[in-house]
This record gives sequence, structure tokens and C-alpha cells, in this order.
Amino acid sequence: MTNSIMLVESLGVQNWTYILVGVTFAVYIGIAIWSRASSTKEFYVAGGGVSPLANGMATAADWMSAASFISMAGIISFAGYDGAVYLMGWTGGYVLLALLLAPYLRKFGKFTVPDFIGDRYYSKTARLVAVFCALLVSFTYVAGQMRGVGIVFSRFLEVDINTGVIIGMLIVLFYAVLGGMKGITYTQVAQYCILIFAFMVPAIFISIQMTGNPIPQLGFGDQLADGSGTYLLDKLDGLSTELGFAEYTEGSKSLIDVFAITLALMVGTAGLPHVIVRFFTVKRVKDARKSAGIALLLIVVLYTTAPAVAVFARTNMIETVSNKPYASVPEWFKKWETTELITFTDKNNDGIIQYVADTSKNELVVDRDIMVLANPEIANLPNWVVALVAAGGLAAALSTAAGLLLVISASVSHDLIKKILKPSISEKGELVAARLSAVGAVCIAGYFGINPPGFVAAVVALAFGLAAASFFPAIILGIFYKRMNKEGAIAGMVVGITAMLLYMIKYKLGWLDETLPDKSEWWFGISPEGFGTIAMILNFVVSIVIMKLTPEPPKDVQDIVENIRIPSGAGGATH
Amino acid sequence: MADQNKSKAYWKENIRYLSILLIIWFLVSYGAGIIFKDALNDIKVGGFKLGFWFAQQGSMYVFVILIFVYVRLMNKLDKKYGYDE
Repeated sequence: MTNSIMLVESLGVQNWTYILVGVTFAVYIGIAIWSRASSTKEFYVAGGGVSPLANGMATAADWMSAASFISMAGIISFAGYDGAVYLMGWTGGYVLLALLLAPYLRKFGKFTVPDFIGDRYYSKTARLVAVFCALLVSFTYVAGQMRGVGIVFSRFLEVDINTGVIIGMLIVLFYAVLGGMKGITYTQVAQYCILIFAFMVPAIFISIQMTGNPIPQLGFGDQLADGSGTYLLDKLDGLSTELGFAEYTEGSKSLIDVFAITLALMVGTAGLPHVIVRFFTVKRVKDARKSAGIALLLIVVLYTTAPAVAVFARTNMIETVSNKPYASVPEWFKKWETTELITFTDKNNDGIIQYVADTSKNELVVDRDIMVLANPEIANLPNWVVALVAAGGLAAALSTAAGLLLVISASVSHDLIKKILKPSISEKGELVAARLSAVGAVCIAGYFGINPPGFVAAVVALAFGLAAASFFPAIILGIFYKRMNKEGAIAGMVVGITAMLLYMIKYKLGWLDETLPDKSEWWFGISPEGFGTIAMILNFVVSIVIMKLTPEPPKDVQDIVENIRIPSGAGGATH
Repeated sequence: MADQNKSKAYWKENIRYLSILLIIWFLVSYGAGIIFKDALNDIKVGGFKLGFWFAQQGSMYVFVILIFVYVRLMNKLDKKYGYDE
């Protein structure tokens, strides 16, 4: 017994990482082989017979990306109250999805979002615009995921970031190309289990350490374990103001911006093609409703833990490094320094780390992305927990990358080739095309992972704005407004996505000016992240005005709309 | 024609459920978590200021409950109108 404990302890983080990452990858590949797709229906919608529970788990893994797993708690720990935009925004969208979209899209019974847009608006142009939007949203999003995979590999396996990206590409290639949606669905079920376990274990350990409460969601509102009777949040508020930051529980963004960003993320979530397509994989309309609920429940497990992790990590970090001599910093600090994700510049040469809000005096810069990955080390947790977090981060990044690649390949093979370019293509030919476009998509995603254009990181958060600006109004109006016609929908999508792109280019990327324009120039004080809300409203207004000026949609389309409102007789997804 | 009346009545009830649920959705997130956050922050439950809690925890619990309530309501409605399968 003692021997085995010693063995467990003597295996370093490195070996533990090889073991855990190796085992999880073997599981994914095994599942891919077991569930390979043999028809386009299996490739696009996993055969259409996925149970609501499995679909809920797959949706949760699909949805929770490297950004949710690795970055979100870190961002919140620096943003305090303002982090609410991500928490409410990324979960609140599921209410819209479950109530306004999922059941009707399932009844409609198609393979992809451009498929819905193309048929509902009886127009190839509408389909093309939708394909363009789906590709734009998915590519910006997937490039960020591949980069995330590379970062996790390089830190924990100590390989080059590029080698990391290539390993990730090969794995995704294998199960996305072979298994299609079917392979991806069951791999994502496994990935959900791994990522949630990996996120919860350190959170529970740290919650017990800091507050004695084993439930992190309650722990961060509890009293400190040192018996002082001080509440953790009060202490953190105190530490923050002492160092010159805004009070943690108050935040510093304007009300209107918090409002706009939250709405853009909610609506964007509801418009993301790789999430929507998951609701095509269940059997009945009632299963689509239920699996949206299960997906959100499983997502909320992580999303309610993240703000707790943020508070623990922030407090721990300030206490470990603020006003401490540089010579005595713990080992994790040095390790992350070598990756340059933590930097210390001793501005006043006193050998002590001054971490303050005032940038002219501040000596410590910590990259937000390391908070989750470094957290177990900061709290001195055992090596296997540290390695587990690496495996979880990879699961999160790979599952989302695979889901997005599928949307890209389906958009190309189904919507572009089968529905527009070459309708005579055989089922077998379409399957080959789907696989080839998946290969192409992985290569492009990998290329951007290795050579990230400077704007990728900036644009990932904006993928939601793009989805909000383009798809959401077209789908909602398509379901709830029978009179909505193709002229209105096309004009709305084009105006919405153009407005969003222009605002992004001007205020986020700064391509139109010598320097990035200042915050004070934002329209209505709304940041580029929140502009999706404005672009979406614009889309709605343009759609409705143009619709009023143009003829009604044909009778048979109006009948389809009547029909999707009734849940029975959904049948399978068809061409 | 009877069929059409039935589907119209079903749709009307559906829209009523949606409106009520979405009003609650709006009140807990944009209401409690954002617009009235400062007022709610004067109330403390344990270590949590209430507005902060709604923004970072409470609203998400309500979202989950809302969807499951919706699932239940709609399953009942499907049965009532014979659209159940």
C-alpha cells in the first residue's frame, strides 16, 4: 500500500500527463472506430436516433470549448462582476434555443442550418448567404480551438506548440472524418465526462482548502476556513481595492455594455450552427426539447463552478505573490515564467513583487488563460490532478473543434455541392465529398492554429456576434412569422453580418485607422463584443421593412411553417 | 377545418407559455443580474451580495428550471391536443 502511494507520488506531472492524455485519446479513437458512419444520414446527423441524454452530453461537450474550460474562469477572475456577461450570456442562450428554435428545427427535419434557411426562404441565394455565414462563424471559432490544443500540449507535454497543433489535427481528423456526426456524438459523450471530472476535482479540493465547504458553488460565498469569520468575497473585495482594482463584486463595465454583451452572447449561442445541428440528431420533437434542458443542466455544472474557481484563484494568486520577495516564489511561478505567460519586471529594483492596478507601478503581468491550468499547482494539489486538468482541456478543445469541422464539411458537401453545384451527385459521392471537405477543413484549421493571424484571439468572442447578426433573426422570423419572405430574410442577413464585420474591423481590429479607435468612439458606448446586439436589431428591422415591400411567400412555404409548429409526425431528417 | 382550429389553439397556448417563461428569463438575468443589481447588492445572503449572486449563479439555476418547466408544459399540451407521440 505504502509502495503504491509512493509510486503514485513519484510519477511526475509529465508522466501523469502522458498516461491520462494517452488513455483518453485511446478512448476517443476506439469510439470512432466502433461508430464509423456508412451513410450521409449517419455522417450528418448520426442516423437521427441519438437518445436525449447522450445528445445532451454531446451538446454540452460540443458547446464547452477550450475557451469555457481554460479561459473563462481566468477571465472572470480578472473581471469580477463583469464576468457575468459570459456566465449569463453563454447559458441564457439555451433558454432561447430550447423555447424558440430546437423543437421547430427538429420538426423541419433537415441536416444543416443553411438547409433550413435555403428551404424556408425557397432561394439558392438565401442558402448561399447562410453557407457563407456558417463558414465564417465556424472557421473563426475553430482556429482558436486548434491554438488552444497547441498551448495545452506545449505546456504539459513540453513539445513545440506547432507539434501540439499537429497532434490535435491528426486526432480530430481521425474521428471526424471516419465517424462523421455519429463518431463525434459518442466521442463527445466521453469527452463531456472527462472534462467535467477534470474541472470539478480541483475545484472541490480548493473549495475545501479555502472554506471547508466541499461544494464550490456555495464555498465561494462562505466564510474562510481559517476561523476568522470573514467571508471570502469580502476579503477579495478588500484585497482588490487595496491594490487599486475595482471592487471584485462590482466590476467596471458600463451598464449598457454589460447588457449588450450579454444579449449578443445569448442570441449568438442560439444562432451557432454547430450547436443547432445537434438538435437534428434526436428522434422526436419532445426529445429535442428535453435534450436542450439536459445540455444546459450539464453545462451549468461547469458554469456555476467557474465563478467559484475564479474567486479562489484570484485570492490565492494575490496572497501568494503580492508583496512577496521574488526569490521566494513557488515553483509553479517559475514554470509559467518560462512560457512567458507570467512576466515579472522589477521596476523599482527592490526584489519584491508589486502587483497593483496602476500600470506604471505594476510589476507583474499574468496571462488570464493560465488561471485554470495553474490553479491546481497554485493550491499545491497532487500531480495527477494537474495532469487531469490537461486532459480535460484537450477534451474540451477537441470536442468543439470536431463539431465545428462537421458543420464546415456539411456546409460544403451538402449545401454547396449537393444543393447548389451538383444536385445529381450520388449518396456515395456526397459521403466522399463530406469526408474530403472535413479533411480540407482540418488542414485549414491546423494552418491557422500554427500561423495564427493576429486577429484570431480577438475574433473568437466575435463569432457569437456574427452568429447573432446573421442567423438568429432569419430563423426566428422563419418560424414565428409566416409572412416572412426571402427578400426580407436575405437583406436582413446581409445587412446584419456586414454591419457586424465593419464594426469589428474598425473597433476591434483597427484596420480602418492608424490606431485602434478609443472606447469613447464606440456607438452608444457598446464594445465590439456587444455590437452583435445592435447588428441583430438592424437585421430584424431591415428584414421586416423589406418584407412589407415585397410579395408574400408562396402558399406551400406558408404551409410548411404551419406544419413545423405542430410537434407530431417529425419523421427522420431528409434531403 | 377542425384540424386547423386545433392547431391554431395549440399554437396560441404555446405562445402564451413562451411569453411567460421568457418574461421570467428576462427578469432574472437582465433584471436582477444587471439593471437592479446595485439595489439588490444591499441585501446579503451569507457572503453573497444578492445582485452579484444573480449575475454569477442564480440566473443560471433559473434558466435550467425554466427549460424543464417548458418541457413539462409542452408535453402536457401535446397530450391535450393529441400531438403526442
